[in-house]
Amino acid sequence: MSTETPEGDIQLFQKQERIYPKRVAGVYRNLKWLAMIICLAIYYFVPFLRWDRGPSAPDQAVLIDLERGRAYWFWIEIWPQEVYILTGILILAAIALFFVTSLFGRVWCGYLCFQTVWTDLFIWVERIVQGDRNKRKKLREGPWTKEKFTKLAITHAIWLVIAWCTAGSFVLYFNDAPTLVRSFFNFDVSPVVLGFVCSLTFMTYLMAGFAREQVCTYMCPYARFQSAMFDQDTLIIGYDEKRGEPRGKHKKGADWTGLGDCIDCTACVQVCPMGIDIREGLQMECIACGLCIDACDDVMDKVGLPRGLIRYDTERRLEEKNHDLPISKYRLLRPRSFYYMAIIAIVGGIMLYSLLNRSELEMNILHDRNPLFVRLSNGDIRNGYDLKILNKTHNDHIYALQVKGLDGAIIEMVGAGDLDEMVLGVGADSVGQFKIFVHAPVEPQKPIPIEFVLQETQTGVSDRYESMFISERPH
Amino acid sequence: MHDEDKKKDIDELSGIETTGHEWDGLKELNNPLPRWWVWVFLVTCLWSFWYFIVYPAWPVPGGATKGTSGYTQFKELAESQQEIIARQQAYLEKFEAADFDEILNDPALYSFATAGGAAAFKDNCATCHGSGAEGSKGYPNLNDDDWLWGGRVEDIYTTIQHGIRVHNDFDTHMSQMPAFGKEGLLKADDINAVVDYVVGLRDGKASEDMAGHTIFAQNCASCHGTDAKGLREFGAPNLTDAIWLYGSKRADIYHSVFYARAGMMPAWKNRLDENTIRQLAIYVHQLGGGEE
Ligand code: SF4
Ligand code: SF4
Repeated sequence: MSTETPEGDIQLFQKQERIYPKRVAGVYRNLKWLAMIICLAIYYFVPFLRWDRGPSAPDQAVLIDLERGRAYWFWIEIWPQEVYILTGILILAAIALFFVTSLFGRVWCGYLCFQTVWTDLFIWVERIVQGDRNKRKKLREGPWTKEKFTKLAITHAIWLVIAWCTAGSFVLYFNDAPTLVRSFFNFDVSPVVLGFVCSLTFMTYLMAGFAREQVCTYMCPYARFQSAMFDQDTLIIGYDEKRGEPRGKHKKGADWTGLGDCIDCTACVQVCPMGIDIREGLQMECIACGLCIDACDDVMDKVGLPRGLIRYDTERRLEEKNHDLPISKYRLLRPRSFYYMAIIAIVGGIMLYSLLNRSELEMNILHDRNPLFVRLSNGDIRNGYDLKILNKTHNDHIYALQVKGLDGAIIEMVGAGDLDEMVLGVGADSVGQFKIFVHAPVEPQKPIPIEFVLQETQTGVSDRYESMFISERPH
Repeated sequence: MHDEDKKKDIDELSGIETTGHEWDGLKELNNPLPRWWVWVFLVTCLWSFWYFIVYPAWPVPGGATKGTSGYTQFKELAESQQEIIARQQAYLEKFEAADFDEILNDPALYSFATAGGAAAFKDNCATCHGSGAEGSKGYPNLNDDDWLWGGRVEDIYTTIQHGIRVHNDFDTHMSQMPAFGKEGLLKADDINAVVDYVVGLRDGKASEDMAGHTIFAQNCASCHGTDAKGLREFGAPNLTDAIWLYGSKRADIYHSVFYARAGMMPAWKNRLDENTIRQLAIYVHQLGGGEE
């Protein structure tokens, strides 16, 4: 664990260097504000959207009801049996991320990732309360005065409030939002909810307030495997070495001969939330937020040089420029883009198909295992089955069950009261469970394939299920 | 070891010392760990010390350290069992108050009873009757519709309570089949004749012209009935149906006539509580052969 530095003293760990990103204005900063506002608005307000589904289902537009095992997304409703839809969504999201990354680089990291968005928000709070980079740095590194104490306290208080709202919104996706908000105000929430809210609050506070760039550099798997999606033609944030070097201070009005365009003002370094120097070339830490572009463009405007010393470009083009080769065109659409698109189309198509063809009635039949069959006193053979009817509609229904493929078959119902296989009632949005016996005059023989047919008595909607009729012990 | 081996290996490009580990020309830099990582590591170490103190952890002769919290898995088990019993209590009260008829018509009580019965069956009855109650030679299949001592839920309840041929239970089901051959009650020819007759009954081919018919009427009909359909008050089986507790082959039937048959079942009245016996009766009743 320990490292001896070349000087010989033992260093147990590496201190996190505190980063004080400087305020910046420009195209990409505006884009980031916009992305942040949209993302946060979606996150905080979606749980309050309503969507009418009738009396038997909740009216929250987006809801994961763990207790009853249902997920609702506007007009889509998912039962636990259909969890493959969730798989599909995750696959789609992953491939879409690959696709976008291969085209435009780490746009997800720079603009949309929750780590980025919340960190950005927390830095904004920090700046509002404590001032910009230099002030923050001075305050932080200075002695503990009353001012330092108040300003830090206010910052952390606001962070905690934001973290609390973030955690609170998260649990709203799993509960009826208005009810839960009301019970929050009445101090009447379950320990489970409270536990989730507290730990998520803590995590948000920790991740966006303290861990920040360390998450991207050390913890995030995506940051690591994205290099597999990069190639020479992926858009990255690049510093135009050819144009910038040799860098050096430049006085207004002085001659530019022998100097590159970079005036070594370190504006790009000061604004970087990752604390890196983009002029050293593409680095693993860079989340492609574009803020250094804004900072540099600003400087270029001031010294009267064209913008774009730092810009979105591709590795291939920057290399070619460095080596005075003819510069090729952007090649954003490459074979891999089409592979990704094809996968997206296929997965999306399958999901769309399964959603459009989602049946509102499903029957499951399970043959008894013990005993496999029973001989009755009149010589008939009887088999037992567990029947489950999934009524996914929002109305009560009555179903009739028949068995096909077995001569002289008779269905018997087992259970409390008088049950009739032609009148199987299943409530709205629920699963009906029944135990049935089928008996028929058959001689012992190999399993007979049979089919159960279930039909709604009014609408005629039906489902079938293939099963077996067993009449002798398997050898 | 050569002297130069001891020298630090500094990576040229980064100026950072390497660990000396090398894979295909790639060397591992000995970068310091991030501080938060070290903290997390230390906190988990502290946590483990806390755990050692609070929970049973270290093996010592005769067991393990007890831990200050007094936690054991046995205690946890007992607590969760208490919880379950408390949850069952609500049903149990209703179950105790209801008669069989009510239970058979109330879905909630019914599933409570069958769940309890299924568990009790596996613990107590499965040894003889099989885990699926499918029985075996000499041990009746409880799934079918053939009952020696009656198939209404009340009959099953009585059978479970008092058992069959239990010598010290007054209300037990009692009857005795004579061993016609062994005790010399019938001559060998007569036994063969009556066995042929029963085989005829089995196949639906028996007729009054058969020699065994008269022998049956004189010796067997008093228990099995003149129509051979059995009599439940004696636990005498129906000899005309498809179910043969001791086998349907001629040799099996011969054996039954010669040596007689007398199955036994324990009385559960003093071993299981009333509720469990009632749950068992309902469970067995719904296995498929229960009578109204
Ligand atoms: S590196 Fe990971 S955590 Fe950081 S912005 Fe990218 S995806 Fe988010
Ligand atoms: S180098 Fe530029 S683009 Fe990369 S993280 Fe820093 S500011 Fe953002």
